[in-house]
Amino acid sequence: MDVPRLPALSETIRNLYFHVCMWFCMMILFTVSVIYAIKYLRSNRLVHDVYSRQFVAVGVVFGILGYATGAIWMSYTWADPNNSSFQSFSAVAREPKLIGAAIALLIYFAYMVLRDSIPDIDKRARITAVYNIFAYALLFPTIWIIPRILPSLHPGGENGNPALDTNDVDARMRLVFYPAVAGWTLLGVWITTLKIRFTLLKEKRLLHG
Amino acid sequence: MAKLKYLLICVALLLFCANLYAQTEGEKVEMADTMRGNGRIFVVVAVVLVILIGLILYLVRLDKKISKLEKERE
Repeated sequence: MDVPRLPALSETIRNLYFHVCMWFCMMILFTVSVIYAIKYLRSNRLVHDVYSRQFVAVGVVFGILGYATGAIWMSYTWADPNNSSFQSFSAVAREPKLIGAAIALLIYFAYMVLRDSIPDIDKRARITAVYNIFAYALLFPTIWIIPRILPSLHPGGENGNPALDTNDVDARMRLVFYPAVAGWTLLGVWITTLKIRFTLLKEKRLLHG
Repeated sequence: MAKLKYLLICVALLLFCANLYAQTEGEKVEMADTMRGNGRIFVVVAVVLVILIGLILYLVRLDKKISKLEKERE
């Protein structure tokens, strides 16, 4: 596949199919998770709680992968110790998008810690379902809103929506990018269903034995 | 006489200095620039490898958990 030849990015623009897809997948998994959290609060069925928890767990994995790949990508596009026209690493570390994404991930780490620290099953399900809704509400300011307000090296500062903007992403790349988002998301959903089936088997044993 | 000696040493040092300068400009310094060369395609390779290794490790862990459950069943 041919890609647009851009300065500073060159071939690394191909990371769009990987790094950006990781975050899309994470957002979708967290969205499904919050839907199941609300479903649990409405129905009180523990199955929904298991669904909600596993979607968060896999979403966090994709978030970490997105963060790690972003760290590699920015090391070679934003910063260059041998080229004074690039930023220094200390300037890159103050990037609002990085800090926001780190906060968002830490909030979801706290979800896992909170969950495993409550022994009572019903109480755990109820408290973490409510926490999940709060975490989801905080996800938007930390990764969508604040990085757009502050000046940022990351795409999507003053020039609108990264990846989704029709003026921003080349048509040839969108041909690969959208199926890639769908593919990575389906992979994430498949891993989640494996984990859900596993947990339900284990819980069944706990409940009956 | 002593002054002349110092002067000569200074001139000699300056000569060395010019020599060093010429060397850095003339020769191409060999550095590990692979990640910044070839249109930086290796950055994409690194990103893909991170994702693959991350997902595979996660799935291996899940596999181990499932085998443990299977063993307990027997």
